[in-house]
Amino acid sequence: MIREIPRVGVYVCHCGANIAAKVDVEEVARFASKLDFVESARDYKFMCSDPGQQLVVDDIREKGLNRIVVASCSPRMHEKTFRKACQKAGLNPYYFQMACIREHDAWVTEDPGEATDKAKELVQGAVSRVLHHESLVPRTVDINPNVLVIGGGIAGMQAALTIADAGKTVYLVEREPCIGGNMAKFDKTFPTLDCAACILTPKMVAVGQHENIELLTYSEVVDVEGFVGNFKATVRKKPRYVDMDKCTGCGVCNEKCPAKAISEFDQGLSKRKAIYSPFPQAVPNTPVIDRDMCIYFKKGKCRACEKFCEADAIDFDQQEEKITLDVGAIIVATGFKPFDPSVAERYGYGKYPEVYTSLEFERVNNATGPTEGQIRLKDGRVPETMAIIHCVGSRDKNHNAYCSRVCCMYSMKYAHLIREKTGANVYEFYIDIRSPGKGYEEFYNRVQSEGVQFIRGNVAGVTDKAIGEDEKGKLIVLAEDSLSGRFLRVPVDAVVLSVGLEAAEGAEAVARMVGISQDQDGWFNELHPKLAPQATPSDGIFLAGCCQGPKDIPDTVSTANGAAAEALSLIMREKVEVEAAVSSIDAERCMGCRQCETICMFDAIEYDSALNVCVVNEAICKGCGLCASTCPNKAIGVRHFGNEQILSEMEGVML
Amino acid sequence: METCSPFIEVNEAIREMGGEDLNNCMQCGLCTGSCPWRLVDGDFSVRQMIRLAQLGLEGYESDDVLYGCTTCGVCVQRCPREVAIIDIMRSVRSMIMETGAIPKPLQAVVGSIHSNRNPWGEDAEKRVAWQKELEVPVFDGTQEYFLFVCCTSAYDRRSQQIARSMVKILRAVGVSFGIIGNEESCCGESVRKIGAEEAFQTLAAKNLGLWGEKGVQKIITTSPHCFYTIREEYPGEDSPVQVQHYTQVLASLLAEGRIALEEPIEAMVTYHDPCYLGRHSGVYDPPRSLLTSIPGVEFVEMDRNRENSLCCGGGGGRVWMETKAEQRFSDLRIQEALDAGARILATACPYCITMLEDSRKTTGAEDKIEVLDVSEIVVRAMGL
Ligand SMILES: Cc1cc2nc3c(=O)[nH]c(=O)nc-3n(C[C@H](O)[C@H](O)[C@H](O)COP(=O)(O)OP(=O)(O)OC[C@H]3O[C@@H](n4cnc5c(N)ncnc54)[C@H](O)[C@@H]3O)c2cc1C
Repeated sequence: MIREIPRVGVYVCHCGANIAAKVDVEEVARFASKLDFVESARDYKFMCSDPGQQLVVDDIREKGLNRIVVASCSPRMHEKTFRKACQKAGLNPYYFQMACIREHDAWVTEDPGEATDKAKELVQGAVSRVLHHESLVPRTVDINPNVLVIGGGIAGMQAALTIADAGKTVYLVEREPCIGGNMAKFDKTFPTLDCAACILTPKMVAVGQHENIELLTYSEVVDVEGFVGNFKATVRKKPRYVDMDKCTGCGVCNEKCPAKAISEFDQGLSKRKAIYSPFPQAVPNTPVIDRDMCIYFKKGKCRACEKFCEADAIDFDQQEEKITLDVGAIIVATGFKPFDPSVAERYGYGKYPEVYTSLEFERVNNATGPTEGQIRLKDGRVPETMAIIHCVGSRDKNHNAYCSRVCCMYSMKYAHLIREKTGANVYEFYIDIRSPGKGYEEFYNRVQSEGVQFIRGNVAGVTDKAIGEDEKGKLIVLAEDSLSGRFLRVPVDAVVLSVGLEAAEGAEAVARMVGISQDQDGWFNELHPKLAPQATPSDGIFLAGCCQGPKDIPDTVSTANGAAAEALSLIMREKVEVEAAVSSIDAERCMGCRQCETICMFDAIEYDSALNVCVVNEAICKGCGLCASTCPNKAIGVRHFGNEQILSEMEGVML
Repeated sequence: METCSPFIEVNEAIREMGGEDLNNCMQCGLCTGSCPWRLVDGDFSVRQMIRLAQLGLEGYESDDVLYGCTTCGVCVQRCPREVAIIDIMRSVRSMIMETGAIPKPLQAVVGSIHSNRNPWGEDAEKRVAWQKELEVPVFDGTQEYFLFVCCTSAYDRRSQQIARSMVKILRAVGVSFGIIGNEESCCGESVRKIGAEEAFQTLAAKNLGLWGEKGVQKIITTSPHCFYTIREEYPGEDSPVQVQHYTQVLASLLAEGRIALEEPIEAMVTYHDPCYLGRHSGVYDPPRSLLTSIPGVEFVEMDRNRENSLCCGGGGGRVWMETKAEQRFSDLRIQEALDAGARILATACPYCITMLEDSRKTTGAEDKIEVLDVSEIVVRAMGL
């Protein structure tokens, strides 16, 4: 239905040479000017520029245009820009239509003639569609000012602190008994060698004490519903069997507990009790009872912890709890897990006790670790020679093709620590040294000058088969030194495998829950790798830290602050405009069969039992159209994507 | 130090002739470090050869460097960039072949392929002489299997035992099979690896033509090399012929209960994985299932087994070239088998048999260990 005589303005963008090098833009404009209802058609170098937009504004005002078509890039890039321009000139923004002649045409068509023809068809489609557009009013909804952060590593902690410091409420959900993530396991941090605990502990304490942060440890987000500004997250709180309000963190329970288990935090290098805190400075410092290892839970007897707890904090009856959080934005900061080197047999991990992963070696170096920070072999001896092998599981298409970015640097950190603590000779086996960062190359140089030997060669094997006397009782690292072209056998006492980083366990489930995607390696995809690195295609969901790819701590903290800023910028708007292109149900035709209600992924359709009809909640509807195609009675339409609009566009394209 | 300029045309030519991955190599050296030549102090360095080839610098084409590669595939299996290193070797060798500057022994091989359709300089008309009194049925399209006997097993005295064993087993089990006869030609696998691409293509066409004419649908090969090349390298997307290595066929027959291994063999037995059966084709279990089903056999693995098996040194044309006594991989392998305590070293490839038998003799291990093909052991265990 066309209510007023349409007066269409068409603008063909050159996009510099992006479009104009392939498409004859003047010809397209000439062609457009001859189409029915087209009042004016022109081409311009950069339509998105201020003067370009001004053209639209002026023409609407001066020529009385009431429909606008811009043929340029994808609507993802600039639909908003031109809708705004229309609005500025007093035209309803939904009287605008975009023809994508860059991504869909100029960039992907070889032949200029064909590219120009296609541009004409796309423009013709857009013109015939825009004739049938209707004026729509975007709705605004309130934004809930709370933020949910998933993952309590340094990324999640930093994001939470930044937002909380701005006076907003943050829920920080961490699935482990305490926060800190991988960084909490380290001893020193490259390149400055600050002690990890010294810089992390104050942050952990700040998080734990912040009046605006509600810390939910030993908890997992199990469901997320809703939309930008109005998410509902369900969190499952695992039972700690210790009352957090009563517990003073005195540690007597841990002392008295007779049951032992392998310490996950120490990477299996030490034992912990069944009631435990992962490490002494843990935040919160309330321990948890490992149900699978607890003698009382297994055999019905013991309760030693309970007997000795003066605060009466032990509670064997604690149950799992589910709580619901209302938030306006979500920051995902689930981090990484280390590559498991046992799948690459040649390194001998799991076979030779003196082959360590890097995370194990962090614990060896850490004062609260299994050796209290001393570098010792399993038999207690001080090593005289050690090898560090780079790129284990990284830069290898048999495992992960990507570079894990931090391993060169942390490997050199180890070389330094080994030299400093033991004076042992250190060999670093590397492919290329990657040290891009402030002070990083300098650190590389420093470690070289400390006497560390660098061997450029991908290690072919670690073996205990000695040939000469000097190899007896040692591990022998085999590699070509590709710089000298010699094959080396290097006898050492211990080997550290610099394993790469992989997406955290359960990343896939998190992605599905919050509606974001993963790349081929499992890392979360950002909205734009350069210009929107913390945002995701799902409005209101942001990324921080290693969950989007390997990063060092400085970059992790930066991205965390970036994500925090984006989340703040969203929630501080207080209101958010929601797409007007939503579905609507014709109550006259609706039979109340409720199929649409079942199929809707966003729970945007409710059933009105009094009238026996379904009703769309426009604030929640995303305009995906699933309900429209499901409705057996054709009672549902999607605004801005009506049959008439789509069919006329198709006719225009095919004419 | 020599001053040179990159000769990029060479790089391009190598990539065009089948070494497409040449530029993907990042020179990490894992290939060179993993290469069996490291065990014998060999000069051959895969990484360096690739580097010289990338820049088109002289040195990559010398006999010791370029023709050192046995195409065992350890490097390919491990390469972090998944570079098809053997294809690079092959394409560089093809370039050298075009100039005619290939090592002498290989010239004789190519000549023999042209005149005799086998690489051994043997008379084409005596190809089926190995059968002697066995009177193997002639394949005429009515039999289920065509038994494709490797040139080595057709002409080499020791290797003939493999062909003869196969005939005995198949006949005893009642499998319908036949051989075509003197019209058969070499499969061309090793010929291709020495760079004789044209000769290979001609052989492949000739074989496919002959098999088509005779109505061949299922092939049993005695050699993993024939098996690999027919399956992986012969032209045609969906080949009408289905090819199996004999160990696969025998293992299935065993599983079906059609082979009875009842004669005990009281010995420690170990198995050497041929590169082209194991790494290249992924067949590891069938030969093992045959050996471990024999009563009396105490099966042991050598240190290097399955994916990490040590090459015998005979692939990639090396079987026709001279290797210095102290650089023979097969010597090491005999030692490894002895170290494992084995009295029988089993394998399933004519080249491996040739190389290992040689080493058994030259290293004075004749009294300590037997080298046998799996088919020969099966014959024993079946009491044939
Ligand atoms: C061996 C090693 C040494 C390193 N040394 C250094 C160094 O010296 N200097 C440096 O700058 N960088 C170093 N790094 C890099 C550093 O570890 C990372 O930059 C940093 O840890 C990333 O922090 P993150 O918060 O993104 O991830 P993480 O530290 O992995 O934290 C993620 C957190 O999220 C939690 N989580 C995961 N999934 C869920 C879920 N579904 N629900 C709830 N919680 C969840 C995890 O339990 C964890 O607590 C090193 C890395 C390694 C592997």
